[in-house]
Amino acid sequence: MSNALSPLPISASPKRKPEEGMDPMSSNKSARLSIVSEKPQQSVAPNPAEPLLTVRGLQKRFGSHEVIKNIDLEVSPGSVTFLIGPSGGGKSTVLRCMNFLETPSAGEITFAGERLCHTEKGRLHRASDAVLRRARAQMPMVFQHFNLFAHRTALENVIEGPILVLGRPREQAVADGRELLRRVGLLERADAYPAQLSGGQKQRVAIARAVAMEPRLILFDEPTSALDPELVAGVLDTIRSLADENRTMVVVSHEMAFARRLADRVHFVADGVIAESGSPDEIFDAPKNERLKQFIRSILH
Amino acid sequence: MYEFFFVLIPEYMPFLLQGALVTVQISVLSMICAISLGLLVALGRLSNLRVLRAVLAAYVEIWRNVPLIVQLLVIYFSLPQLGISLPGFWAGVLGLSLNVGAYLSEVFRAAILSVEGGQKDAGLSIGMSRVMIYRRVILPQALRIAVPTIGGYFIALLKDSALVSYIAVNELLRHGTIVISNTFKSMEIYLMVAMVYFIISFISARIVAHVERSLTPAYLRVAQAQA
Ligand SMILES: Nc1ncnc2c1ncn2[C@@H]1O[C@H](COP(=O)(O)OP(=O)(O)O)[C@@H](O)[C@H]1O
Ligand SMILES: [Mg+2]
Repeated sequence: MSNALSPLPISASPKRKPEEGMDPMSSNKSARLSIVSEKPQQSVAPNPAEPLLTVRGLQKRFGSHEVIKNIDLEVSPGSVTFLIGPSGGGKSTVLRCMNFLETPSAGEITFAGERLCHTEKGRLHRASDAVLRRARAQMPMVFQHFNLFAHRTALENVIEGPILVLGRPREQAVADGRELLRRVGLLERADAYPAQLSGGQKQRVAIARAVAMEPRLILFDEPTSALDPELVAGVLDTIRSLADENRTMVVVSHEMAFARRLADRVHFVADGVIAESGSPDEIFDAPKNERLKQFIRSILH
Repeated sequence: MYEFFFVLIPEYMPFLLQGALVTVQISVLSMICAISLGLLVALGRLSNLRVLRAVLAAYVEIWRNVPLIVQLLVIYFSLPQLGISLPGFWAGVLGLSLNVGAYLSEVFRAAILSVEGGQKDAGLSIGMSRVMIYRRVILPQALRIAVPTIGGYFIALLKDSALVSYIAVNELLRHGTIVISNTFKSMEIYLMVAMVYFIISFISARIVAHVERSLTPAYLRVAQAQA
């Protein structure tokens, strides 16, 4: 399986280069799939240190159940952020609030220089649907259960967004889509329906579908949790190859070895707050928080 | 026997078949209207407009809890009091459409809800609008799920359309009763009517089964083969 994951031709630049172009409108026209960093970019970027995504004071309750109590988070361009923590701690909810699959109860979210929501006098103001949709198109999500469109082939799943949302000509979307499927090792399965694919193959199609949006940020919600153990490595390899391209990612995962290798920053989420943050070394080798220590012990066997 | 096959059938079958043609016409027309109505009602009931949802839910409840024959009589005899007088045929189409539409709206609603929820999230997460998601993801799957049930409702409608003979629509059953009132051969004529209904219904069921098969898309055949 891993022979298919040939090194990606994308980016010759070293890891973790800050992303250019903070203007949310600018990303589509120049950032073709495979030439992201070839062009010398006029510096549109106001400040390379400015985070791509900022979450401030995020709260989310379902009815009277307060799931996210207060979360602050920054994601800098080109970085890989991991969220770890016990089940039910609110990791998925944080991700789903970032792209507004769930509407936060309170807080402020800024993405690519654009404010998606803020709270004023206790009321949440959200940006227009058009703004939210444009933001979502630039931070697609990869789901635990793949969520592929069941009536579309692998290739059709990948080209749906580029054609419908980005307005790409069909031919170009197909060519790009096939290239992406080749890179995730599934070119020969391009015409298979999801029901004909293994879980690992489905997830790699789902990743290709996200990457096809030429996103500025990719959200992963436990991308390998629903997979048979022997299929996990292929999906992790695919995600690693994305990190090697300097892509900005937020990943919820319990794959600790993977997190150690990839993460720039790890947040431990429990009971709706970030109980501890740090580099992978700090979090895994020198945890301070009691619950984090306990959590790490529990996942080590 | 001799009389039945060699006198009555040649004599009266053409007239009955004229009625049968009306039966088919009223059923097909009503079905087309019922499918459109049912789909719109289903979408309305899944919208977040609370008042619309309540109104549509009331429609479905009322129409499913009053006998079809009573609905037809109310439409045929009461609407003229409101200044709307429809010819029997169109009163029949209206009555049957409203009735079957109520049932089909439930069929469509269930089919839409059965399309796996995560696909909507997936659509949203790549920036698709709700309308796009319905058009490109949910409805194509839901409609195919609903096809067999819709086919079943069509066969039922063909037979239930006999009730519009009560509101003076000259369809198959009514042509039968007209013949009987002239010949007093009720047993033979009702038998002929039954034969014609059987043949129409039998052929329609074959056609519906064929349409169902040809509409079953590759992705479902794959899923079924593996199930
Ligand atoms: N749509 C929802 N409605 C009600 N409760 C929810 C919903 N989504 C999540 N929750 C609750 O929020 C809590 C956190 O869930 P989640 O964010 O999925 O945690 P995690 O991803 O860390 O396992 C859980 O108690 C869960 O039951
Ligand atoms: Mg989760």
